[in-house]
Amino acid sequence: MSNNPPTPTPKHFVAPLEETPLVAIDAVNVGERKSNLWIDAWRDMRRRPMFWISAAIILLVVVVALFPNLFSQIDPRECVLSNSNGAPTGAHLLGFNKQGCDVFSRIIHGTSTSLSVGIIVVILTTVLGILFGAFAGFYGGWLDSILSRAGDIFFSIPYILAAVVIMSVFSAYRNVFVIALAIGIFAWPSTARVLRAEILRVKNADFVMASRALGVSNFKILLRHVLPNSIAPVIVVTTISLGAAIVAEATLSFLGVGLPNTTMSWGNDISAAQTDLRTAPQTLIYPSIALSVTVLAFIMMGEVVRDALDPKARAQR
Amino acid sequence: MTDVTNQKPLLEIKDLQVGFKTTEGVVPAVRGVDLTLMPGQTLAIVGESGSGKSTTAHAIINLLPGPGRITGGSIMFDGQELTSYSQKKMEEVRGRQIGFVPQDPMSNLNPVWSIGFQVEETIRANGIATGRKAVREHAIQVLKEAGLADADKRLKQFPHQFSGGMRQRVLIGIGLSSRPKLLIADEPTSALDVTVQRKILDHLETLTRDIGTAVLFITHDLGLAAERAEQLVVMYKGRIVEAGPSKEILQNPVHPYTQRLVAAAPSLASRRIQSGTAATPTHSLSDLDYAPTTVTESVDLIAAAEERLEQVPKGPSLAKRPDAIVVKDLTKVYNIRGQGKGKASELIASDNVSFSVAKGTTTALVGESGSGKSTVAKMILRLEDPTSGSIMIDGVDVAPLKGRPLLDLRRRMQPVFQDPYGSLDPLRNIGNTIGEPLQVHKVGDRTARRERVLELLDQVALPQNLITRYPNELSGGQRQRVAIARALALKPDIVVLDEAVSALDVLVQAQILKLLADLQAELELTYLFITHDLAVVRVIADNVCVMQRGRIVEAASTDQVFDSPQEQYTKELLNAIPGAGITLGV
Amino acid sequence: MAGYIFRRLLQALPVLVGTTFLIYFMVFAMPGDPLLALFGDKTPNPAVLERLREQYHLDQPFIVQYFLYLGGILRGDFGTSFSGEPVTDILARTFPVTIRLALMALFIEFVLGVLIGLISGLRKGKLFDASALVISLILISLPIFVIAFVAQFIFGIQLGWARTTVSAGAPIQDLILPAFVLASITFAQIVRLTRSSVIETQSLDFVRTAYGKGLSRRRIIPVHILRNSLIPVVTYAATDFGVLLVGATVTEGIFNVPGVGRTLYQAIIRGEGPTVVSFVTVMVLIYLVVNLVVDLLYGLLDPRIRYVK
Repeated sequence: MSNNPPTPTPKHFVAPLEETPLVAIDAVNVGERKSNLWIDAWRDMRRRPMFWISAAIILLVVVVALFPNLFSQIDPRECVLSNSNGAPTGAHLLGFNKQGCDVFSRIIHGTSTSLSVGIIVVILTTVLGILFGAFAGFYGGWLDSILSRAGDIFFSIPYILAAVVIMSVFSAYRNVFVIALAIGIFAWPSTARVLRAEILRVKNADFVMASRALGVSNFKILLRHVLPNSIAPVIVVTTISLGAAIVAEATLSFLGVGLPNTTMSWGNDISAAQTDLRTAPQTLIYPSIALSVTVLAFIMMGEVVRDALDPKARAQR
Repeated sequence: MTDVTNQKPLLEIKDLQVGFKTTEGVVPAVRGVDLTLMPGQTLAIVGESGSGKSTTAHAIINLLPGPGRITGGSIMFDGQELTSYSQKKMEEVRGRQIGFVPQDPMSNLNPVWSIGFQVEETIRANGIATGRKAVREHAIQVLKEAGLADADKRLKQFPHQFSGGMRQRVLIGIGLSSRPKLLIADEPTSALDVTVQRKILDHLETLTRDIGTAVLFITHDLGLAAERAEQLVVMYKGRIVEAGPSKEILQNPVHPYTQRLVAAAPSLASRRIQSGTAATPTHSLSDLDYAPTTVTESVDLIAAAEERLEQVPKGPSLAKRPDAIVVKDLTKVYNIRGQGKGKASELIASDNVSFSVAKGTTTALVGESGSGKSTVAKMILRLEDPTSGSIMIDGVDVAPLKGRPLLDLRRRMQPVFQDPYGSLDPLRNIGNTIGEPLQVHKVGDRTARRERVLELLDQVALPQNLITRYPNELSGGQRQRVAIARALALKPDIVVLDEAVSALDVLVQAQILKLLADLQAELELTYLFITHDLAVVRVIADNVCVMQRGRIVEAASTDQVFDSPQEQYTKELLNAIPGAGITLGV
Repeated sequence: MAGYIFRRLLQALPVLVGTTFLIYFMVFAMPGDPLLALFGDKTPNPAVLERLREQYHLDQPFIVQYFLYLGGILRGDFGTSFSGEPVTDILARTFPVTIRLALMALFIEFVLGVLIGLISGLRKGKLFDASALVISLILISLPIFVIAFVAQFIFGIQLGWARTTVSAGAPIQDLILPAFVLASITFAQIVRLTRSSVIETQSLDFVRTAYGKGLSRRRIIPVHILRNSLIPVVTYAATDFGVLLVGATVTEGIFNVPGVGRTLYQAIIRGEGPTVVSFVTVMVLIYLVVNLVVDLLYGLLDPRIRYVK
């Protein structure tokens, strides 16, 4: 502003207090709404259309599986050969398959097979996965070595291939339970791995140490603090693997080592229709759509849950 | 704040505005910042987390994260208006004209590339040298300059083979490799041990002075800022509240926020105690009547420390008090699975550690990372089993205790840990968290427990309606208060504070320290205070044990340790307290 | 690095023993006559049964049987198929075809998958990203045989661009469609994984520092973002190789590709239990070897793995 002084003498600047009024240090703001992982996740999920769409499909699938007669009065076993691969008519929305059975009715009545296999597999993998994963991750040491090695061995046989072998051996006992067992017995290590990794992260948290310092027993710490805080990724994996289990059942049935032909299942119908791809594609396409939409619903739900539960995934949207 | 000089400013920021785009609109992070930096000068921006100090620095070379945008103002650097620069033109400025040294050495080098690769690519990108050989030679020179003696051998190594201090040297070397006119150093040593921090900052100072590089230094530590920079800018909520020559601001802070910071900074407090300025509370905050008065008023650390000392003589004098904790020859040896073929090695985390803590007093266990201080704390808490040695609590050796007696011991001794974000179970509400000890030890019935939880919330100055709330609704400081309440639930005699305030911002840290001092006086608590920060020790502890590599190298009263340290290592630690070289006093 | 390879090989040994034991146990430790169970409702030729009894040493105690069987595997002897042809001979004939198909599929899923995932991640929230996310989600939900049939129907029957079944000798042009089908599922997973990995890496400190050093975006994307993002993708690809094996079985079966998968597929369809067991064992071994190779590759990708531990 004036003539240049030889050395710069910076001024001591002080902002007026009104500009940035001081606030109390670390004041507590109790918000209107409570907030923890689950509350926040629910708040996040219910704002997303994808959640409602997949929830609606899943609900529909469950209702169809429980009460198939609400949706189709036509007996799926009442087949007239003269209708073989027939086109849709008024009462028979999706036409007929090779045996002359109603395609729509067979899809409706096949739903419970897919869903029950899926559910049994998921219960099995979750129980085994939690047992193996939780004990291996939490207790560590030699127990971890043994359980993790066992998991590695089961993990090294792709579960559909293992199920093919089991179903070949148990060819005389092919039913929903056996097939679910055959899939589940080799599918649990992925759940166990996810849980183990999460538990390894959580178990070193200070709040676990604090509980230990209170004298809470190890097992109670695992149940009360560690497991609840590690379970979120397991829920994601479980939702997605329900879809995968349904695919596995369909694949086994498709290969002819799944459920017997007498059991109505999407996989069986697709398998039976494959030779007629040229002449009657609808007999193959419609059960495939039912299968794929159901699986899509579970996978979409898994994604929504992952986005809601994992802050890292949420940031990626 | 325009400066009239014979030189043109190197960097001149006018009315800088930075905002972050969110779903609810643009949230301002920097609101009208003016800055002037002369060539070769050093300027420090000081502030707490969220003050906008780092955002300001990143805005200069447009390193703002995704949703961040400069929304107004101008940044003139060496005759160029940087706000108008495209991404492409900015690439020419970064590295070549303005160097950058980031905060955390652990995460700022790419773990999959060798050190040499990462230095060489910088040299190539900035056109300092071309040709394989020349680039390599230059890289070696850069690393040598940064203080890595055997640089040529280390080129092929990967970041994980380097210590934190060495990585930071590499980053400094990279930042200065093209002799920039300006270096932006964003908390360059906050993640390092104090003694390493000091060495690296000394080195940085020498280098920049030799090259003639101006430095924009970002830090949360007022003492460090004043020690390293001629100019100081204090930021609060995205604005500059005070700026000027460092010493002047420290000695005569005018803005109430700056006064708060000066009063709360532990490094300065220990200085102030030493220089005898404590008695003259020139910046006592209580008489600033325009500061909003709330339960959480500002804290003067020294006032708090003195208050604490005044309360002590009420009981028997320090020397006559019975010992609450006596640790003798405590040793912990870990067997580490060896590197490579079956070689097992031993790590002696605690090596014949002996000390005692008198009832109702505070003993600080001080040491840098790896000194074994936390291992000792965990053994006393019986969270780790000692390899040998004894731990006497009120005359009983607790090392071999099991079952019921151990459970009884746990009632009388409780910990508070470091990480505010990990210290509370995120899925349990505050009431359940504070009440857990009562539940575990079956104290009282449901209503009695609830009463006690409410009482504890009062004691740590938290509102009672938090009882049904969850940890992620609370700040770090508030979480630590909840952790303290949980520790106090069973009315213990001894509280082990393992870095309990280390992760907090200075003002919050001061507040918690004051709370701890008040609680000690009120409840006659015995504290074992584990910390890496010698500065904090001065205001909270009666006695100090300095640990190094598993051993106690010096143990004495706090005043003795600060006034006449006997060991070389203690002296080093003391010298490394930022601001040690500043003379205060009005 | 040599130590790392050695350790990995050592770790693979118990898994090899464990998996073969598990398969053998599933088949031969069941009560009753395992061979009759394997043939299900069929009544096999007594001569075949006798040959199989000998091949599996069924007259010996179980554990001896197993070790004889394991010894056979280690010597490369997987027994004979239902038709009496040694499994190794069938492998020699079919393996090259499967390798060709697998390499094509791997190329498609990796090159396309990583590229699309990278673009998607760099342009998060844009139209390209949104479409990639939706398409990949749908692809993941479609069982492989559905994809195969849909592809056959659209490209083979409707459009007539490709043959619905592969001609003898399996020429490359005939394998293009099956390769795309085989690649589709893992391709979709790789797109999604690469995308999220790229987004995560982009926000890491060392990327910001790379910009601060004066590097250009054109250098940072391949050298610092993509390179680091590949680590989880490769890990995934290894563990999901099993999906590819099952997929190969189904795809080769549907498109009639004369490879290892089709042999297994036909054995399953025809209920030839012993052949199924032999070929499942072969596939599990392939899976183990691939995982081992990827583990070693992983050491190259991530120096922290190579040097630490």
